[in-house]
Amino acid sequence: MAGLLLLLIVIAATAGFVVNRRAARRLRAQAGRLHSLEGFHGGWAAALIALPALAAMLAVVVLREPVIDELTLRAMPAEAVEGLDAGERALLLTELRSLADGRAFGQPSAEKLAAARRMAELRRGADLLMLVLAATAGALGFLAARRSLSPGFRARQAVERVLTGLMLGCAALAVLTTAGIFASLVVEAARFFARVPIHEFLFGLNWEPQIPLRADQVAAEGAFGWIPVLVGTLVITVIACAVAIPVGIFTAIYLHEFAAPRVRAVAKPALEILAGVPTVVYGFFAVLTVAPALRAAGAWAGLDVSPNTALAAGGVMGVMLIPFISSFADDALSAVPRSLRDGSLALGATQGETVMKVLFPAAIPGIVGGVLLAVSRAIGETMIVVMAAGLMAKLTINPLDSVTTVTVQIVTLLIGDTSFDNPKTLAAFALGLMLFLLTLGLNVIALRVVRKYREIYD
Amino acid sequence: MTDAAAADRPARDAAAAAARLRRRRRLDARLRAAGIASLLFAAGMLAILVGSLISTGAPAFTQTHVTLEFDVSAKRVKPEDPARGAYRAIVADAIGALFPEVTDRREKRELVKIVSNGAQYMLRDAVVADPSLIGSRVRMAVPVSDPYDQLAKGLVRRDDPEDRRRLSDAEIARFDKLVELGLISRPFNKALFLNADSRFPELAGLNGALWGSFYALLVCFLVSFPAGIAAGVYLEEFAPRNRLTDLIEVNINNLAAVPSVVFGLLALAVFLGWFGMPRSAPYVGGLTLALMTLPTIIIATRAALKAVPPSIREAALGIGASRHQVVFDHVLPLAMPGILTGTIIGLAQALGETAPLLLIGMNAFITAAPDGISDPATALPTQIFIWADSPERGFVSRTSAAILVLLGFLLTMNAAAIYLRKRFERKW
Repeated sequence: MAGLLLLLIVIAATAGFVVNRRAARRLRAQAGRLHSLEGFHGGWAAALIALPALAAMLAVVVLREPVIDELTLRAMPAEAVEGLDAGERALLLTELRSLADGRAFGQPSAEKLAAARRMAELRRGADLLMLVLAATAGALGFLAARRSLSPGFRARQAVERVLTGLMLGCAALAVLTTAGIFASLVVEAARFFARVPIHEFLFGLNWEPQIPLRADQVAAEGAFGWIPVLVGTLVITVIACAVAIPVGIFTAIYLHEFAAPRVRAVAKPALEILAGVPTVVYGFFAVLTVAPALRAAGAWAGLDVSPNTALAAGGVMGVMLIPFISSFADDALSAVPRSLRDGSLALGATQGETVMKVLFPAAIPGIVGGVLLAVSRAIGETMIVVMAAGLMAKLTINPLDSVTTVTVQIVTLLIGDTSFDNPKTLAAFALGLMLFLLTLGLNVIALRVVRKYREIYD
Repeated sequence: MTDAAAADRPARDAAAAAARLRRRRRLDARLRAAGIASLLFAAGMLAILVGSLISTGAPAFTQTHVTLEFDVSAKRVKPEDPARGAYRAIVADAIGALFPEVTDRREKRELVKIVSNGAQYMLRDAVVADPSLIGSRVRMAVPVSDPYDQLAKGLVRRDDPEDRRRLSDAEIARFDKLVELGLISRPFNKALFLNADSRFPELAGLNGALWGSFYALLVCFLVSFPAGIAAGVYLEEFAPRNRLTDLIEVNINNLAAVPSVVFGLLALAVFLGWFGMPRSAPYVGGLTLALMTLPTIIIATRAALKAVPPSIREAALGIGASRHQVVFDHVLPLAMPGILTGTIIGLAQALGETAPLLLIGMNAFITAAPDGISDPATALPTQIFIWADSPERGFVSRTSAAILVLLGFLLTMNAAAIYLRKRFERKW
């Protein structure tokens, strides 16, 4: 319905554009010069049709679900609705919705069927209301545009004001997204902390998020201490960095200083391919190839390697981060002024000494910024660890053991479960909030380091 | 002069200098070796990655079929209702006819297992499409079930002890007889692209995932492309320097580095929780991906606009164009190739994105391709995730095949971006 209406609005706006432009042409033929070109008069009409109609449509789309739910429940017999908690209410509504869609499971009671019929009626009413409101708003807008058509009307300025407003709105979308992320995480996490004390979450050493199946199952409340999850994340991040940082930096140094142009021409695109591989592919690679290989190597060396060892997940994540670090290091090395290198070489330093003792120290701030961003990526990386790391939270720093990470827990807690009122689901949002704050902090520091460094040489 | 200096120094010093130089050169060589080793490590990993995917994925591009003669008699299939015939029995008879010596009930059941469970539905669809087949004998190639497919591809080792294999000696012998009769063929696996997901590896395909990804990317493009360009143009050409625009700029840079799973949490809480959008719908996935792609497109737009020389702007302004006319009629068209390149790269990233789609339920088990943007669907990366999690052996190979398909798409998109950049790049 909304899609159809969107199409109708586009058609109406186009029609308004054409009609008003033609009217403006006629006016010019009679009255001589207009202030603005005819196209702007057409554009003004299109804007006055589309914007109010879209606003009306959006208002109905946003408000319809909660209003329909409320009206449906109010129409039901009082004893069927009274005393329901939020979860039961949501369950009832879900059932009614699927009934209203014409999908019945089992034998619903007569009152539910009646409520579902009412819901379907209300939906049709809402669709109609949306259509009528949008049409009225569009028509009024069009009339206003027609009335404004006169030789002296500054249509160009009006259209440009609308355009600027739209562009500003799109730019603000980025801020809105951040605000949305923050608001949704904080709201859901706050609901979690209402059930589980915040100090228990921050300092608890046990992470066993089970949900009680029945309301009276107090014993299986589950434990929500995120320390083991955090430690697991850090173990995998350290492994990933141990692979990515040396390999990435040496690759960058080699490509930047020593490699023949032909080698560069092949190696750089190859690294870019490595960077473009989706993380789900790396995850499968870790499960399919790396983990069995490590296990075989462990058996050969007499070590007990867990099937989803942190080493496999972290190592593959390190491979993923190599191009990331090497491109940052390459940029940082390139940003070092030529005069430093020339000076060092002129004093008789070898190429290697120039790199290690002159260029590298000068490039360190940029490289550190890149490394911080890489760490933030490693902490937030999801698919590799979901597929290759463990699910059980164990407080260990043994890389051969199986550990779990923040992102793994978020995904496993939320897959196939959307009811928003048990601690298990909400715990995922609390973890998400911590993840967001952690990565945001790293990003802000990294960007600041990089920027500060640039200011020195520019 | 050098001669004089050298003559002044004792020979001992010269030897020490030579040794020092050797040591310094050795350090140099060591650094170079470390660089080469690092590069080889990265290249080797890439080679192992691609190699292992190709070697495990290649077999999934063919599928073993067995050609059988099905007796579609009017007794089994009523002409007035061909969709509800006893196709299961027809299939059982067709395979049974090849092994007249098998009479034992248990062995007969084993016999039927050679043929894929989907054979009866393929036969049904063929008969429904052409009811004149009723009463005749239909020769048709149908897929064999996964264990036999593995056997035909040599992935079941015949010299393993019988209890460690998925097929007994008797089962292998029966299959070998079918091979001798020339009934086994291995054509290109069209089902991989034409079928949606299935519990049976031999029937599972990517059709649903491809459409799901297509719809999600379509929505993502329709939202992020105009919005990204508008935001980029505003920030680059119109924005006054003030607190608000600074805030927006910092925000865009930070958004580009927010973990993707957090976008999934946002979509789950806001789109599904507060707006009541449906689970598993491609358009919700598309909207989520659009939020993630937006920073990429904004950054690409700004870079492309920066590359247009000021002379273009000044010339347009000079002949009386307004600032909006300058940007929309002159600067933006010239910047378009650069913007498109950035957009394609952003969409390629969105195509490979998995975690946010998992959280909004695009990893459901769905056996039909979606009919539109609001029909439940999976996407290519989430399908890979589902298959990678499936215990059946046949799915390992299909996962690799699906990854190869995904990588193929990504390579094509990136190649298109590079071509676009090369073709339309202008040096001012």
